[in-house]
Amino acid sequence: MTIQNAPADIKADKVVDARGTSCPGPLLETKKAIATIPVGAVLETISSDPGTNADIPVWAKKMGHEYLGVIEGSGYWRIFVRRKK
Amino acid sequence: MADQLSIVVYSGTVDKLLSVAILASGAVAMDTKVDLFVTFYGIHAFSKEGVKSNKKFDADFPEMVPMLTQKLKEKNVPSWHEMLTEAKKSGLVKIHACSTACDVLDVKKENLDPIVDDIVGVGNYLAEAAQSSITLFI
Repeated sequence: MTIQNAPADIKADKVVDARGTSCPGPLLETKKAIATIPVGAVLETISSDPGTNADIPVWAKKMGHEYLGVIEGSGYWRIFVRRKK
Repeated sequence: MADQLSIVVYSGTVDKLLSVAILASGAVAMDTKVDLFVTFYGIHAFSKEGVKSNKKFDADFPEMVPMLTQKLKEKNVPSWHEMLTEAKKSGLVKIHACSTACDVLDVKKENLDPIVDDIVGVGNYLAEAAQSSITLFI
């Protein structure tokens, strides 16, 4: 699974700001948050842990969700996933 | 083979226990089941007394301990015990204590921290490990 850029105009239905927590905190918050949005909706995870950027694509693939890509900020990453099931 | 992580938790120092806790929490995030088989120095760390008092780090790197302690606090990294307690809420994590190590150390079920599910023999670990896709010794 490769890291890819998300479209600049991407809109999330829910945002979880996990900045300041280290691995696997942002992944656990992503898992919790995706359960709260409807199938088809988009979740944005903001993380300052560089591991999250590599982990969410792998996580999404395993969970059967769609990884939509990342928008890199200064010292953080905004990572987008669409809930598929 | 089951999507499961089995770890022999032999060590009792907080640096190695933190590695155990991060792996177990990561596994929970990935919906992977976890079986921890706690033995030897791990038994002391998972005792009610050890959870409260044990602050030991790996003796190989004493010069790094003050920096590590400060950085872990600064970066709000939870303790290994907090992480495992949280990970157990998923229902995916089982923690077993080795019966021989408990016997040698004179530790009973009631002396162990409540995150430990049970005292079991090595046969139990081997059966869990045999069906695990990932096995580690820490």
